[in-house]
Amino acid sequence: MPWVLKGISDGILTSKYPRKSDGYGETWRGSIKISPNNLGLDLSHVAKSCPTNAINIEQTHPQVDLGLCILCGNCIDLCGDIFSFQPDFESAKLDRDLLVVPETVEDRERLRAVRAALYLRVRTLRRSIAIRHVDCGSDGSEEWEISALTNPIYDVQRLGITFTASPRHADILLVTGSGSTGMIDSLKETYLQMPHPKAVIAVGTDAISGGMHRNSASTAKNGVDGLIPVDVYVPGSPPSPFGILYAILLAVGTISNRGKPC
Amino acid sequence: MATSIQSSTVAADRFVNAVESDLRREGRLGALFAVPFQGGTRLSAILSSFGAFKIISCNIEPGHGTYPALSAITPAANWYERQIFDLHGLMPANYQSLDPLVIRKGLESDPTYKPDEDLSERRPDLSEPSVEGEGLFKIPLGPVRSGIFESIEYVIETPGEEILHVEPRPFYKHRGIENNFSGRSFGEGALLAERVEGVSSVAHAIAYCQAIEQLSDSEISPQAQLVRVIHAELERIANHLESMVRHCEAAAQAVAFARFSFYKEQIMRLRADICGHRFSRGVVSPGGVTIPTTLDLNAVSKRISKLEADIDSSVNLLMKTASFLDRLRGTGVITTKQSRLFGTLGPVARGSGLLEDTRSSHPYSAYRHLGFVPVRETSDGDALARQNVRIDEIAGSFHLLKQALDGLGDLKTPGDEWRIKLNIRDGESLGWAEASQGEVLYLVIVDSGRLKTVRQRSASFHNMSVFSSAFPKDITTDFAFIEASFGLSVAGVSG
Repeated sequence: MPWVLKGISDGILTSKYPRKSDGYGETWRGSIKISPNNLGLDLSHVAKSCPTNAINIEQTHPQVDLGLCILCGNCIDLCGDIFSFQPDFESAKLDRDLLVVPETVEDRERLRAVRAALYLRVRTLRRSIAIRHVDCGSDGSEEWEISALTNPIYDVQRLGITFTASPRHADILLVTGSGSTGMIDSLKETYLQMPHPKAVIAVGTDAISGGMHRNSASTAKNGVDGLIPVDVYVPGSPPSPFGILYAILLAVGTISNRGKPC
Repeated sequence: MATSIQSSTVAADRFVNAVESDLRREGRLGALFAVPFQGGTRLSAILSSFGAFKIISCNIEPGHGTYPALSAITPAANWYERQIFDLHGLMPANYQSLDPLVIRKGLESDPTYKPDEDLSERRPDLSEPSVEGEGLFKIPLGPVRSGIFESIEYVIETPGEEILHVEPRPFYKHRGIENNFSGRSFGEGALLAERVEGVSSVAHAIAYCQAIEQLSDSEISPQAQLVRVIHAELERIANHLESMVRHCEAAAQAVAFARFSFYKEQIMRLRADICGHRFSRGVVSPGGVTIPTTLDLNAVSKRISKLEADIDSSVNLLMKTASFLDRLRGTGVITTKQSRLFGTLGPVARGSGLLEDTRSSHPYSAYRHLGFVPVRETSDGDALARQNVRIDEIAGSFHLLKQALDGLGDLKTPGDEWRIKLNIRDGESLGWAEASQGEVLYLVIVDSGRLKTVRQRSASFHNMSVFSSAFPKDITTDFAFIEASFGLSVAGVSG
């Protein structure tokens, strides 16, 4: 009985996302903004000191690859006139190249094609999604953020999303970590055991590109990208629970790329 | 009271004796590190006693390939010897076991980790079950486990119910993280230290940064020290709550599970509100902390007081719930004797009667001036004792948080005092910090203004070596509780 009272003592804590926007998620600094002003500045020292070489200054406009960026703020420290944190938790993308910001017009057109193809593939999954997670050499923080999805605030069961023990019951594979050599076989086997249709989400910068472990000889060259076909990329080191939730909804096409349910 | 660090180098044949005589005088083996040195290898044993660290080193000639085994005098050394063989190919003389620990046969892809050409051939196969008898079988639990877990395999040998032996195999996740430090700048080193064991980012960053700061002989500003304390204590509370959540999940206490995961989420949000990152990454950096963008002391104070009261009330209820306590009482016992023998760390040590806490026994940074709430003394060594220690530590962390917030309010904060400029000389230095899992150690060697070699020892690695001793009379359904009560991060074990 005391637990019953405890359970209802604070009323409903659950977020209304994605039906309504959530104040917390929107303050999440999940992206880097590049100011269009002051573009004449020499940024070579900033690009050089980026711990994951995420800044490209070869193009006419400097670009940041969010698939490499660990959002450490080094570039903002060095050159706050051009770089700044951008609140954006819906930063997951359906294509690896789209993680490079600022995006271009061709990017958007290509996205439409990728999106249509994925939608056709997974449209049967929309109302009931079983998820299997595989850790492929993460630092442990991504696991916390994924398991946070089951807490009362995110409570993903309300959206028909469940976590499953067996890959044979799974529709979506969440992969974390930089692709450690020891896990590659297990990862591929888990993927193979999943029935069609299936989608793969690379969770976190480590999984997308290897992040800071990119050049380690004990991990794959490009994270888990390339080991198995990845459909959705969630940047962040680690991404926020809302970021991961957005990616899951994006994978099954129940949300538009602008964060509105569809 | 400053912590003293003594370094000494002895001849290789005197190494075991030197370590043994120190262990007899109330010391414990904190770590055994292997560092490349003049073509050969330098072995450093870190011994810890109250208020002091002692580094005893010996040099192994190039091509020698073997060294006197410390596992002959203390079981705590065994995992370090297995790790050093996996990573550096050094074979201890008269060793106990060299079962693959962090690198598995056939998966050594790192060329720098192969000093000997024939290492792959010498590497032993995974050992077969150590227990034999009729009706015995083994359950490979992992590496892909049911639920959201880090990848690790536990080989459980059992006749069906009782667990006779558990062998952890953490090599699946090995990322070669120590090698990754070499050649990086000091700032990048801090970012990488945060990713060694992601759930204890702050403790790792503090241990690393303190090692760096020692090489510059300058003390960081008081407000930077206090900000570090705030983040370290919030991280500790989050980790302890995670352990509670896992306990409640295993005991099917649905409401308690929901409550504690809600509190944990609030702690994570509070951390993000203070520094912009839910794991406080990018805050601690060599020389101090990054300039806080928003730190409204009053608002933070209020949220902390509210959380403390909420957590306290739920904890009180949980610790009166018989169906929960029954699962923890007498489960996964680590005796005081075992704890002392292995030199266990953190809540595992404190649950079995060893009261050492690096924050007070080897005080660093602002902890020298702050008051502690002592944890209750218990030598039961079971999951319940560890749970009680965590409960007391949560209360202690809130107490420290309030002092740190008050301290920050009293200080006038000129803008550039958050991070001081360091003049870092070349050399070797040891840094430490208390993570929620226990003491974290960093051995940092700086050459020509860059990191040359970094060796880290997470508490998870050290405590995992005693994990298989925690199953004297437990059954398979106790496994989840024992694992949760240890509260270890696999990333910190496999490196």
